[in-house]
Amino acid sequence: MTFTREKDFGTPEAMGAAVSLTIDGQEVSVPAGTSIMRAAAMVDTAIPKLCATDSLESFGSCRLCLVEVEGRSGYPASCTTPVAPGMAVRTQSDRLRKLRRGVMELYISDHPLDCLTCGANGDCELQDMAGAVGLRDVRFGYEGENHLEGCKDESNPYFTFDPTKCIVCSRCVRACDETQGTLALTVDGRGFASGISASQDESFLSSECVSCGACVQACPTSALIEKTVIEIGTPDRAVVTTCAYCGVGCTFRAEMRGEELVRMVPWKEGKANHGHSCVKGRFAWGYAQHRDRILNPMMRGSVDEPWREVSWEAAIARVASEFRRLQKEHGARAIGGITSSRCTNEETFLVQKLVRQGFGNNNVDTCARVCHSPTGYGLKTTFGTSAGTQDFDSVRHADVILVIGANPTDGHPVFASRMKKRLREGAKLIVVDPRRIDMVRSPHIEAAFHLPLRPGTNVAVLTAMAHVIVTEGLVNETYVRERCDTDAYAEWAEFVSEPARSPEAVEDLTGVPAADLRAAARLYATGGNAAIYYGLGVTEHSQGSSTVMAIANLAMATGNVGKDGVGVNPLRGQNNVQGACDMGSFPHELSGYRHVSDSAARSLFERDWGVSLDPEPGLRIPNMLDAATDGAFKGIFIQGEDILQSDPNTTHVAAGLAAMECVVVQDLFLNETANYAHVFLPGSTFLEKDGTFTNAERRIQRVRKVMEPKNGYADWEVVQLVAHAMGLDWNYTHPSQIMDEIARLTPTFAGVNYAVLDQRGSLQWPVNAAAPEGTPTMHIDHFVRGKGNFVVTDYVPTDERTGPRFPLLLTTGRILSQYNVGAQTRRTANVEWHEEDRLEIHPHDAENRGIRDGNWVSLRSRAGETTLRAKITDRVAPGVVYTTFHHPDTQANVITTDFSDWATNCPEYKVTAVQVMPSNGPSDWQRSYRAQAEASRRIEPAEPAE
Amino acid sequence: MMSNDQRLVHMAGQILRNFAAQGREEAIAATAEHLTLFWAPRMKARAIAMLEEPGAELPEEVRAAFAALRHPA
Repeated sequence: MTFTREKDFGTPEAMGAAVSLTIDGQEVSVPAGTSIMRAAAMVDTAIPKLCATDSLESFGSCRLCLVEVEGRSGYPASCTTPVAPGMAVRTQSDRLRKLRRGVMELYISDHPLDCLTCGANGDCELQDMAGAVGLRDVRFGYEGENHLEGCKDESNPYFTFDPTKCIVCSRCVRACDETQGTLALTVDGRGFASGISASQDESFLSSECVSCGACVQACPTSALIEKTVIEIGTPDRAVVTTCAYCGVGCTFRAEMRGEELVRMVPWKEGKANHGHSCVKGRFAWGYAQHRDRILNPMMRGSVDEPWREVSWEAAIARVASEFRRLQKEHGARAIGGITSSRCTNEETFLVQKLVRQGFGNNNVDTCARVCHSPTGYGLKTTFGTSAGTQDFDSVRHADVILVIGANPTDGHPVFASRMKKRLREGAKLIVVDPRRIDMVRSPHIEAAFHLPLRPGTNVAVLTAMAHVIVTEGLVNETYVRERCDTDAYAEWAEFVSEPARSPEAVEDLTGVPAADLRAAARLYATGGNAAIYYGLGVTEHSQGSSTVMAIANLAMATGNVGKDGVGVNPLRGQNNVQGACDMGSFPHELSGYRHVSDSAARSLFERDWGVSLDPEPGLRIPNMLDAATDGAFKGIFIQGEDILQSDPNTTHVAAGLAAMECVVVQDLFLNETANYAHVFLPGSTFLEKDGTFTNAERRIQRVRKVMEPKNGYADWEVVQLVAHAMGLDWNYTHPSQIMDEIARLTPTFAGVNYAVLDQRGSLQWPVNAAAPEGTPTMHIDHFVRGKGNFVVTDYVPTDERTGPRFPLLLTTGRILSQYNVGAQTRRTANVEWHEEDRLEIHPHDAENRGIRDGNWVSLRSRAGETTLRAKITDRVAPGVVYTTFHHPDTQANVITTDFSDWATNCPEYKVTAVQVMPSNGPSDWQRSYRAQAEASRRIEPAEPAE
Repeated sequence: MMSNDQRLVHMAGQILRNFAAQGREEAIAATAEHLTLFWAPRMKARAIAMLEEPGAELPEEVRAAFAALRHPA
């Protein structure tokens, strides 16, 4: 693909009925509401412009896009003038030329004339417009009053702001307002003194700017420009690919110069992100070139030895021979594997195939075990399939948005911007969360209700909402009668109607004022289209699955499933966690969520793969670790996951790994789990391979290789090498062939192939004969399971209890700049925003303990102890503390327990009873772990070749 | 912290409590079905073995759910 800019139509698309007009004598038919500028662009007539761009509403400030309209006086701005039937527009005339040149003269008279050394040379709209209007001289000269002495702001690690290059077109301000919704930028001053200001005239880094880069993308000059463009130069080719952070699944143009990535630019055609991005996707890709990357395979005899670099052949042979030895000595079920939600669908499919076909068992699991496995169980039980019901665009039609256990501005920032846009348009917001997350109150947004529940009481709160809806007659009875199992509904309605489920009865338990809960329930049931968005604050509880089903119950009772603007929407954590689940990564399911005991489904695979498959479910990750400490589980292949840092009760995870005889880790870096590994296989980044990711809205999107794998192989190739060494006859030469196999064996993917993905950009499963173009909204006429299934969700308190020794409740989460265990983001400049995990504690709890902001504190639970610094804030309620888990030096999961969701064993990360006390140093565990980790990362120098 | 046997019993008890609203017998049957669908063979085998061990501390309903399991292949 050669380098061409995406076409800019100047103003956004309109959706009205067709209107015909002429532009420079050419007949044009466009939707009513379209601007003259856009209509002209649609027939390839480029009207000069500077303040207009099609991602932003028209503004009409630069006066460069003036046109003549027959029968009208004056020279209207084409960006702010809508088309009208029969309109005749002229875009070029002597008068227009003079007017435009005059405008350009004014701009250029106050602009540095350093085009040849400017970072945007060749990619500057101001430069282009000077050419387009035929500017040949500036009558006013360059000696007048100007802004050329302005100071450059280089505080942001990823972009610079040079006010001398700024033409104050407001595109950056409007991008921050309209696209991102942070409103961090403004035009300060008036007239000639006006200039762009971040927050209260602060540096970009210290301002409210979230570094999403929308302003950089909108800037028509080099006033805001990526530092990489300044350093490397402008790109010469672009490849469309999909981001490897979070479940939003933003698509980008990876803009390259040779093999070097210059910048990631959100793709306007991307249906998940519509040209927007966050700080991680746009900027935090430097880890791909980080010096910590391991590029050669390594082995060692035992985990206390240093690593030795070896050939791929030697490493693969060791993996295969050890796994076969362990099976021979301890049985076929003594080994297993973990697939990665950061890897592609094709790679994930191959790892589970390696386990099922090659290892001969179902001991395969994935990181969804520790995040959204309750979503799989809960939505399959109630609706019939393990996925969210809507596409992201659906939020445009929502009237009420209920966010529970999710922090979209931090975890799913690009979708949060869409949600905030809808809220600014007037939709009502209900937030159910122990913390006062940013969505509760931010510029131009205020939640109608924030229900700050006590951690662990989700089910009680949701059931109380159901109580209100049923007992106050707010049920959509027609919907329930036509679409749902009425017997199940009757049983559920009777259960939730009991006085013990009322908001008043559970107020002391949940901490949520009954009046607020009642009002929130009424709003959800009667406010129009109501959509629920939820995250790990729902699933990572001992009743995670019950909470998902309680959410589904609410949506069905109010008729909020099966159309635009409503639904049950899990916000998936990692980029391909939906895909990893779809691909059969769970130990009880084949791809497409078919149970391994289903002989018809199993026989499909058996015929295709030429083996008999185990009809018994395999071990889940925590079960594998238990079995390892029992001496029954001896070897594991872990692709792209760091279970030692991400999974609960680190001490138990370490004991499980230490008990195994062959731990194989495939990753970009020597992660924490690799401290216990015997073989390390280097991984490839998303920039270095082909494949697909599936985002939270079931959207399957292409990942395209933009550079060769620095480790020599894409991850799917490495799995194939292991398969060959274990005697399997795999012959894939391209991931498209793996997708063909997935489609052959998975009914919901039957219509998916690379040709159709390339043609359509993306597809939302199910894609099959009934829905060849995919399925944006599920359960439209009927639920996948037939009738919607109401499930009684009794509140069962967690076994994790506070008491005198552990009086506070710890809940964990993540922040905008970091991602999961931080393996990627800690190796980028994102550490400038978050260089360590901090413990949020309420001022009252801090004062009682003599803790001041920034003090080191010890955080102790029944499982373990760590130390970190305190951040005193009333974002958390008294009795609740909060931290992130991005840094291995903190290891928040030393504290979390091995209590888990009753149905899926998803860990109860969100509720741990703890004590917090002042501290003056690291815990014993931190000291010993640090020493062990350093020793474990020793790499012997390679011996010189003979 | 729990031993692995204790963890199996704890997990089964947790499943039972979440099905308890259905009634005792239904909850036991639903739990046995859940274990059949989601527990690996070694876990089910261990659960069945515990039924015969005098020292195993099995709450009554957990015992009934374990007793309803079939020996896995």
